[in-house]
Amino acid sequence: MGYLRPYRSFVSYIDRSREYYAAQGYSKPYAWAHHDDVPFTPLRKPLSGCRVGLVTTAGRTQAEGMIGAGRLMRESYAESANPPPTHLFTDDLFWDKEATHTDDVDSFLPVNRLAEYTAGGRIGSVSPRFYGVPTDYSQSRTSQGAAPRILEWCREDGLDAVLLTAL
Amino acid sequence: MGCARDIVEECGVARFVFTDFPLGNPCGKPWDAEMQRSIVGSALNLLDRAWMPRTTVQTPFRWDNDAWRDAFMRVDESNREALAQEGEERRRRQAEAKTGR
Repeated sequence: MGYLRPYRSFVSYIDRSREYYAAQGYSKPYAWAHHDDVPFTPLRKPLSGCRVGLVTTAGRTQAEGMIGAGRLMRESYAESANPPPTHLFTDDLFWDKEATHTDDVDSFLPVNRLAEYTAGGRIGSVSPRFYGVPTDYSQSRTSQGAAPRILEWCREDGLDAVLLTAL
Repeated sequence: MGCARDIVEECGVARFVFTDFPLGNPCGKPWDAEMQRSIVGSALNLLDRAWMPRTTVQTPFRWDNDAWRDAFMRVDESNREALAQEGEERRRRQAEAKTGR
């Protein structure tokens, strides 16, 4: 059924967080990444022959995600996907802790669900590792430090494609 | 895969699978393997079929209720003073940490 609404239905986190931090007395709003040009690469072979990996913004351990833990604690990482992780650290990240929880890793990093797609042949294989880039509010550290490091790991693992999941 | 549509689309990505859920479960509700499988399937389809950047696909799933939409990071007269105090308190702690007190 359709509805008529005088507002957009989905939440604007850019607007919401700006107003929230302004109410806390922070006068300089966070400046979000914006790109006029966005790169695009089509798959170069059938998906059924591709090896696919996953990137998460969650941390491996509490120490790595702790507020104030500093830059070194937010280093990107590669971790074995076998056995799949049963818990990742998300407490310090910006997500709705009143409405939901992150006790089920597959709800934000679908390692088990992706692996199931190999059984039916939809994808060729999954990466032996998954990759983490714990949220760092510095865009230059993310794009110039974490991103090339993760690309290197993806190449080491022979990936054809990677799915990024942001909490 | 994500739930913060404005942030991802402002940034610009090659392909985006959007699920209109509260932040935290961009790949499906916790313990709902069928929904998670469907969302990952949408991501794989998009990987395969998109032909240009900034292609967004929205999954058909809805959260159990809409209360989270207004509640998340809410600012109104009931909490404005408390938020201002929280901010003051955090800045005071950060200043103390900086000076090593």
